[in-house]
Amino acid sequence: MNIWKYIFEYLMQAIPLGMTFVYGSVGEILTEKAGHLNLGIPGIMCVGAAGGCTALQYLMPGGVPAVHPVLVVILGILASFLAAGLVGLLYSFLTVTLKANQNVTGLTITIFGVGAMKHLMVGLKGSTYLKALPYFRYPFSQAEQGTLLRSMQLCGVMLFLAIIIALVSSYVLNRTRVGLHLRAVGENPATADAVGINVTAYKYWATCIGSGIAGLGGLFYVMDYSGSPEAYKSIEPLGWLSIALVIFALWRPHLSVLGSIIFGALFVAGYYIPTIPGVKLSMSFTPLLKMLPYIVTMIVLIVSSIRNKRENQPPSGLGVNYYREER
Amino acid sequence: MTATNKKAAKQREPLFHVAKRDAVPLWKSLLIRLVALALAFLFCGLLTFLITRHSPLELYESMFLDVFRTSRRVWKMIKDIAVLLCISLAVTPAFRMRFWNIGAEGQVLVGCLATTACMYYLGGKVPDHLLIPIMLVSALISGAVWGLIPAVFKAKWNTNETLFTLMMNYIATYLVAYFLLVWTPDGSSTLPRLQHGHLPVFFDNDYALIVMVVVALTLLMYVYLYYSKQGYEISVVGESENTARYVGISVPRVIIRTMLVSGAVCGLAGFLIVGGLDHSITTESAGGRGFTAIMVSWLAKFNPILMVATSFLLIFLDHGAARMSQDFGMSDAFPKVITGIILFFVIGCEFFINYRLVFRTKASAKREEKA
Repeated sequence: MNIWKYIFEYLMQAIPLGMTFVYGSVGEILTEKAGHLNLGIPGIMCVGAAGGCTALQYLMPGGVPAVHPVLVVILGILASFLAAGLVGLLYSFLTVTLKANQNVTGLTITIFGVGAMKHLMVGLKGSTYLKALPYFRYPFSQAEQGTLLRSMQLCGVMLFLAIIIALVSSYVLNRTRVGLHLRAVGENPATADAVGINVTAYKYWATCIGSGIAGLGGLFYVMDYSGSPEAYKSIEPLGWLSIALVIFALWRPHLSVLGSIIFGALFVAGYYIPTIPGVKLSMSFTPLLKMLPYIVTMIVLIVSSIRNKRENQPPSGLGVNYYREER
Repeated sequence: MTATNKKAAKQREPLFHVAKRDAVPLWKSLLIRLVALALAFLFCGLLTFLITRHSPLELYESMFLDVFRTSRRVWKMIKDIAVLLCISLAVTPAFRMRFWNIGAEGQVLVGCLATTACMYYLGGKVPDHLLIPIMLVSALISGAVWGLIPAVFKAKWNTNETLFTLMMNYIATYLVAYFLLVWTPDGSSTLPRLQHGHLPVFFDNDYALIVMVVVALTLLMYVYLYYSKQGYEISVVGESENTARYVGISVPRVIIRTMLVSGAVCGLAGFLIVGGLDHSITTESAGGRGFTAIMVSWLAKFNPILMVATSFLLIFLDHGAARMSQDFGMSDAFPKVITGIILFFVIGCEFFINYRLVFRTKASAKREEKA
């Protein structure tokens, strides 16, 4: 019985962390489906976190909600989405309209986003915005101490939102006309243009909405998952892992949920294994355990490239800017 | 004519359209970049003014002049430029063949790790004049191996190199974290300065050796890329893999060889950082310079000589913004924001070098009406 409780608690750590990756990778999938490899996702997630926390700081003056708690959560999420979406707009302006190199632009977005977030977060008071934590962790955080439900306290509002977003994105991409057009833009923009699809608009919308979704991942990590004023410092590596997860999920949002949970489990394993009673590991071994998610990603990269199946390939227009007058 | 028809006729020619430029004279492309830089600085001045409420002139003074005020500051800048340039030179061959290696960070770090390991285990047991070559060779080899792994998979199965090299960065970081825990039994993870294996000091200046090495490396890399057969092969593979195959260049061989060179030079950078400057290692020994190097290389259009200018620009930005943040009590993350914004302008201005806007003129509008 005891071991089952252990496994349950482990999963209740791993699944919520995985949702950070769901946001990041679903956002990146939408962007990549439009043919743009956005390496700025780590920075955008940071900006999302900073935007959300800044809004919460104002919504919770002195740690007391200024509006109804439900509204606090909704406005916090909206602010995070908008802040990240704006950075996505900057990325799309540079790469779609000004046709700048996508890799270089993305890396700059990351430099900018991480810097902007640190600059903003230093000015915020963790004791104020983190008071909104119980509202974000709504259903289970009220459960009694020590019960099974209580160990699900990390499963908050945004956890369910992540799964909904992933499933809706999957539906839109594969079952609707908009999704079909978007995939056409990513596969071959010239053909899409020829049949009258507004390539620029699709690229802009996909990138901005994708960035907004990714930004929620940053807010989720700070507010739902970690709940610590220092959490923002570790968002960036999670962003890079989210980009890698896109390949793991074979560009399918619903698969990214599964992949994210596996990644979350691997990520938590590094912290969890040494605490299992009966497992004797020297302290110096922990860094090696923390390599796990990265090594697994590399193995997935290699395996998927060896199998080389047609339906598992990236959009063929990925990374190439579209200029109508080019041959 | 109905109203809708009139509207359609009016809409026929947009205000401007985008056309590709053939070739831009050098002065013009330089002018466009300078204007972009000037606009970027104006924008950053305005932004900082809005945050700090200090006169922009004071801000510019602190950014542009204070960094050159003492010789110590100037030498620190020169040192940072040299290290950044070295890493930028390392990533350039790979970029010229469109191999998006963003793993310089990790390749430098394993170079640092190998150098430190030699100093830690052999220091004091072998004389310094023997220890230093051992350090150099092991740094070169470990950097090359770190570059070789993604290259082999890219060459054989076309594995995505961008993400692969990125993952290798984190593995390198945790490898360093592991060895730091092994080497510091108290668990503090801070390795004190090692006493043996320091690189020789020339002209009474700690940085002279590094500057000389990097200057030589710049020239060597220029010759390698522009005047050697291997450099030519790299360019052909970068332009078109099909052409390369058609003329009988083995693409996998070029990829693997180039990444060996790239990784080895990164290892050299790690050797210089540990052996010549820090004499110790942290997980931050590469300090994000592997990523900045990509910007340096790309901004210089992958030309080693121009990279001297672009690495100066980036280091100057970093130091200038850092000084400004310090003088006016901003957070230490603010320089990154400034650097990011200025880079946005520089990246964006490339558009005006490659394309031009053709505006609707009265003549063309009239022609349109007649038709």
